Amino acid sequence: MSEPQTPTGAAARATEPDTQPLIHMSGISKIYDTGKIQVEALLDIDLDVRNGEFLSIVGPSGSGKSTLMNLIGCLDTPTAGTYELQGEPVSGMTRTELADVRNRRIGFVFQNFNLIPQISTWENVEMPLLFGRVGKKQRRERVEELLEKVGLADRGEHKPTELSGGQMQRVAIARALAMRPALLLADEPTGNLDSSSGGDIMTLFEELWRQGHTMVVITHDLALAQRTKRRIELHDGRITQDSHSK
Amino acid sequence: MFKPWLVFQLFLRSSRVQKKRAFLTVAAIAWGSLSLVLLLAFGEGMKRQLTRAQAGLGTDIAIMWPGETTLPWEGLPAGRPIRPRLEDVEMLAERVEHVSGVSGEMTNYRAPLTYGRTTINGRVTGASLAYGELRNHLAASGGRFLNILDEKLRRRVIFLGWTLAEDLYGEEDPVGRTLLVDDVPYTVVGVMEEKLQMGAYGGPDEDHAVIPITTFKTQFGRDFLSNLVVQADRPESMTAVLEGVREVLAAKYGFDPEDERALPTWNTVEGAAIMGNMLLGIQLFLGIIGGLTLFVGGIGVANIMYAVVKERTKEIGVKMALGARSRWVTGPLVLEGLTYTLLGGVLGLIMATGVVALLELLPTGGNEALEFLGKPTLSLPIAIATAAILGLIGLLAAYFPARRASLVDPAETLRYE
Repeated sequence: MSEPQTPTGAAARATEPDTQPLIHMSGISKIYDTGKIQVEALLDIDLDVRNGEFLSIVGPSGSGKSTLMNLIGCLDTPTAGTYELQGEPVSGMTRTELADVRNRRIGFVFQNFNLIPQISTWENVEMPLLFGRVGKKQRRERVEELLEKVGLADRGEHKPTELSGGQMQRVAIARALAMRPALLLADEPTGNLDSSSGGDIMTLFEELWRQGHTMVVITHDLALAQRTKRRIELHDGRITQDSHSK
Repeated sequence: MFKPWLVFQLFLRSSRVQKKRAFLTVAAIAWGSLSLVLLLAFGEGMKRQLTRAQAGLGTDIAIMWPGETTLPWEGLPAGRPIRPRLEDVEMLAERVEHVSGVSGEMTNYRAPLTYGRTTINGRVTGASLAYGELRNHLAASGGRFLNILDEKLRRRVIFLGWTLAEDLYGEEDPVGRTLLVDDVPYTVVGVMEEKLQMGAYGGPDEDHAVIPITTFKTQFGRDFLSNLVVQADRPESMTAVLEGVREVLAAKYGFDPEDERALPTWNTVEGAAIMGNMLLGIQLFLGIIGGLTLFVGGIGVANIMYAVVKERTKEIGVKMALGARSRWVTGPLVLEGLTYTLLGGVLGLIMATGVVALLELLPTGGNEALEFLGKPTLSLPIAIATAAILGLIGLLAAYFPARRASLVDPAETLRYE
C-alpha cells in the first residue's frame, strides 16, 4: 500500500504547484493481439496533462479514445511506452496497487452511469469510500456533502433506477469525487442524456474545474468539446491535433 | 490485506439472487445434508445397538473349553485330554494377574424342566458365582441372580432366561414358584432382564436356566467343567490373562503352555476389535455416500455462483474501476456461496432431527432387523463431521466462481452496455 492518504491529502496534492505533470505519457502504444490480426489501437502517444487542466479528447469511433481512457484510468496497461501518474510509473504495479490507484487518484464517470441498481444512491456514492477504508463517520459526512454538492441531498434513499438520467449522472459524479481524486475521467458523460441535462452536466464539470479539479472528458460531441480549455483530436490511434483553445 | 468486516459489508450490499433460484439451491443442499446426517445417524445407531448386543454376551471375556494336547510334554505324549475342574476356578482367580473374574460352567443340554403340565427339554447351566456379572445375567425386577449362600449351601434355586420363563409359566410370574429339574424341585429366584445378545455358545441366554454349580455337581454327578469364562480387567490385558490361565493350568495338568489346542479359546476381545473396525468401515462408507449426495448439492451452489458472476460481471467491473481489490470482489461471493450452503445445512439438520425423533416413536419390539437399524442416533461427532463437510463443499463451490470473478477485466466490461 502507498502511504496512508486521507482524502484531504489527495486534494492538497491536486492543488500543489506544478513541479511535474499529473499525467505523463510518452511513446504509448496499445496493440490488441487477436491471434492472426494485430489491431493497433494506439500508436506512439505522447501526452502531458497538468494539474487543473480541463481537457477533452475527441475523435470518431474507432479512433482509440476508449483505449486511451482505459490506459489513463489504469484499467488497462499499454503494450509499449511509459505512463507516469503524479510522477509514479504505473507499469509494473500489481493488480492490488492498480486498484488502490484507481480508488484514490482517479474518479470515473461513464456514459451509461454504471451505478449499481440494487443499492441506494447513498450506498453507491459510499462505495469508493468503503474501498478506501474510510471510517464510518467520515463516510457519512462525505456522502452527505457530495450529494449536497450535486444537488441530490434529498435523493439519498432512492434507488438509481428511480432517478432521471441527468440525476443518475450527477450521482455518478458524486461517486467519482468521493475519494477526492487527482483526476476526474469522464467517458462520453453526456452521451446518454438529452441536450438540456447534458448541458447541466457540462456546467457542473466547469464548476468543478473552477474549484480546482483536473478534468479529462472523452467525447465525440464537438459542441461539448468546444467548452473545454484544451482539445486533443485522435485519429486511427494517433494524436492529430492538440489545441489549447482560448 | 484481508478485511473481514469490509467483505461482510460488501456482501450485504451486493445484489441478490432470484428467490426461486436461491430456494432451489438451498433445498438441494438441505437434501444432501439430510441424507448425510441420516446415513451417519443410522450408522451410529447401528454401532450403538451392536455394541450393546456384544455386551449382552459379556464385556472383555474369553471362553475356554476342555481340549486335547497336541504337543508332547515332559515325557507325556500328545493327545491327552485336559479337563479343568471346579476347584480350578478359585485357583485361577487368585493366581492370574489382570483377571477381574473367573467362572466355571457345567451344562446339561437336555434337562427335562417341568412346571404343572408343561415339560420342556431345556438347557441348564451350573455356574459359579462370578457368572452373573461376567455374562451379564441381570435379574428383572422382583427377582435376583444366584448368590454365595446358594453356592455354599447347594440350594436348589434356579434363574431363568426370559423366553424359557415365558414358555414354562406363560403370563404367570415365575419368581417364588417351583420348577422340577429332572424331577427335582427347584425354586425360581429370578428371571433375566431382556437384553440384546450377539454371539453365543451353546445357545442364547434367553432360553437357558442357571443353577448353582455346586447343586449341579450334586444332582448330575458331573466333575469336569464344560467350560471356563474369564474376564480381563482391560481389553488390552486379555492376551496376558489367557497366557496366565494356560500357565497355571499347564503346571497343574502337565501340558505345554504354548499348546493352544489343550484349551481351545474364544477371545471375544478380538472379535470386538474386528467388529469395531468393520463398524468404522460401514460408517465411513455411509459417510462417503452421504457426502457424495451433499457434493451434488455443492455443484448446485457452484452453478448458481457461476451464474451470479456472469450476471454481475458489469457490477464487478464497476467495483474494480472504483478501486476494489480482487479480494473485495471475491470475498463477498465466497461468503454468498457459503451462506447458501450453511443455510441448506442448517435446514437439513433440522429435518434430520425431526426424522430421527419420528423414528424414535416407531415401535421396534421383537423385530431384530429394526432393533439394529431402526435406532438412528445423532451425536456430536456426526454434527462436527457434517459441519466440516458442508464448510468444505461450500468453500469449494464458492471459490471457483469467485476466482473467475477476480479475473474479470474491468476495461472489457465497462466498454459495452
